[in-house]
Amino acid sequence: MTALLQIAARSAWNRRGTLALVVLSIALATALLLGLERLRNDIRGSFTQSVSGTDLIVGARTGPVQLMLYAVFRVGGATNNISMDGVRAVAAHRAVAWTVPIALGDSHRGHPVLGTTAGYFEHFAYGDRQPLVLAQGRAFSGTLDGLYEAVLGAEVAQQLGYRLGQRITLTHGLRAGGGDAAGELAAEHADKPFTVVGMLARTGTPVDRTVHVSLQAIEAIHLDWAGGAPLPGVSIGAEHARKFSLEPRQVTAALVGLKNRVAVFNVQRFVAEYEAEPLLAVLPGVALDELWAAVGLGERALLAMSGLVALVSLASLVAVVLAGLNERRRELAVLRAVGAGPRHVLALLAAEGALVTLSGAVLGAAAAAGAVLAAGPWVQQRFGITLQATAPTAEQWALFGAVLLAGMLASLVPGWRAYRLSLADGLTPRT
Amino acid sequence: MLEIRDLHYAWPGSGGECLAIERLDIAAGRAVFLHGPSGCGKSTLLGLMAGVLVAQRGQVSLLGQDWAALRGGARDARRAEHVGVIFQQFNLLPYVSVLDNVLLPCRFSAARARRCASGPVVAAQALLQRVALPPPLWPRRADALSVGQQQRVAAARALIGRPGLVIADEPTSALDAALRDDFMALLLEECRSGGSTLVFVSHDERLAARFDERLSLPALNRAAALS
Repeated sequence: MTALLQIAARSAWNRRGTLALVVLSIALATALLLGLERLRNDIRGSFTQSVSGTDLIVGARTGPVQLMLYAVFRVGGATNNISMDGVRAVAAHRAVAWTVPIALGDSHRGHPVLGTTAGYFEHFAYGDRQPLVLAQGRAFSGTLDGLYEAVLGAEVAQQLGYRLGQRITLTHGLRAGGGDAAGELAAEHADKPFTVVGMLARTGTPVDRTVHVSLQAIEAIHLDWAGGAPLPGVSIGAEHARKFSLEPRQVTAALVGLKNRVAVFNVQRFVAEYEAEPLLAVLPGVALDELWAAVGLGERALLAMSGLVALVSLASLVAVVLAGLNERRRELAVLRAVGAGPRHVLALLAAEGALVTLSGAVLGAAAAAGAVLAAGPWVQQRFGITLQATAPTAEQWALFGAVLLAGMLASLVPGWRAYRLSLADGLTPRT
Repeated sequence: MLEIRDLHYAWPGSGGECLAIERLDIAAGRAVFLHGPSGCGKSTLLGLMAGVLVAQRGQVSLLGQDWAALRGGARDARRAEHVGVIFQQFNLLPYVSVLDNVLLPCRFSAARARRCASGPVVAAQALLQRVALPPPLWPRRADALSVGQQQRVAAARALIGRPGLVIADEPTSALDAALRDDFMALLLEECRSGGSTLVFVSHDERLAARFDERLSLPALNRAAALS
């Protein structure tokens, strides 16, 4: 048997040019499969971990997914606000450790503006309970002196090229796209410009696309507004606004942290049964999983596609070995003459296919790992997705095994053909 | 050495019989010339003698053992041990060295390796010397040699470990006259000195004079006579 393996290796080496191409195509397919699986895993990871450390999100009563969409992803709008009284009532529950109210509705050049409290920077976390980190500057102060201060998400800062100290104005309402190019003239809060005082490090979550200001600032810029438009003939200057009561009466939603997670369903029921107004509390993890199930269909299609690519390259393995078989019939006849059986011939070709598949798969796995290592920082920078260069996941092992198994099964096809040929040829191949 | 009794063989799917031989005996150590026109079943008969093909009816026995009575694996092992084959051409694995090509039968049969008194490698080198292939050629790839040299390597391979039966299927048809005569002399001499029985197939009857015995396949084969 070792003699046969040596011969198989030498024979394969003799046809290394052609086989190298097949190895390459199997390597590419394997790399694609494993890389996509890694990407899929990590995208799902960063999606479903857009919020962590927050036990409940409280908003007006809509669907849980809709609440997640606007409170976490800033997609769509809230149909109703909730009162600060409601938020305070939740905060007063004995199981609640902290609440962070958030107010949405304004934008800056297409990026959503989030009004919140300083507690947001303390309590909000993403991924594996990673807190927000300021790459530059500081959080807004939350005092009257620092009323018009803004903290930018990483992508806002990068895309618009802003630096600390930059003056920006907010736009009423949310507009898709870049903002300036939109045909409709949106109402600007041009009279109350903000100063950029901080920039957050990239998180890979919607925080990157968000401009953060204080709740009081949101109140201040809307003092002289009603029903989504400036009140005619009323103008309250930026300085003058500080003299008004800027305590918000309404917010869009509130993030809630508990002292002990065990109480989460208690608090959820408490919110649902709050009588003064209809409220809804959702568990972010559960809602994010639901949401992923809805938007994650595409990734399954991608995986199926790369599965097909793998299938095609295995088919090319079969085709190449089959095509070469006719030229090798004399070689096989020589082996038969010196004492190799048809079973040996089958084993020879199956071993060759297995060898080619194995080297292709190993090469592909190495390429995928190398690509994750090499492109990881760039992907993190560009897309905020943390590619984990860790040991292969169970799914990756399964895919790797599937490629190997399929390759070995596929090499039985030419092996079987050679077996039949060498039975029929006898000593003299009739080519 | 070789006994054929009431042999019938038809290629699967071909319909009619290809070979029907009532009786053929070849004694040990003889050099037999088997001739006949192309397509008369010479190669088929060689396949049956070597145990690569198996008769549907009748017996083909080598050293008293009927090929058909053996299972596939045992047949292959027996062929590795007792039979050496030389083809018309393309005898060698092109990607293996000259020396390794000669050693091939010893890799498949331990018995044959044991019959090389001073070890297979020494035996192979001695055989290569005797077929006039000098040492510088030994490590070269088999396809780097000329056709005449390749046929001599094939002869060395068929003869290593002194198999009982050497089968040659038109081994000289790709050689020119001078090379052919050298090759014939070499093959006959080596078979005699090794004690191997030689069955040599050719359509070229001018070669027959050198052999102990001369057989005409069309005369033996009743299937051909019938068709």
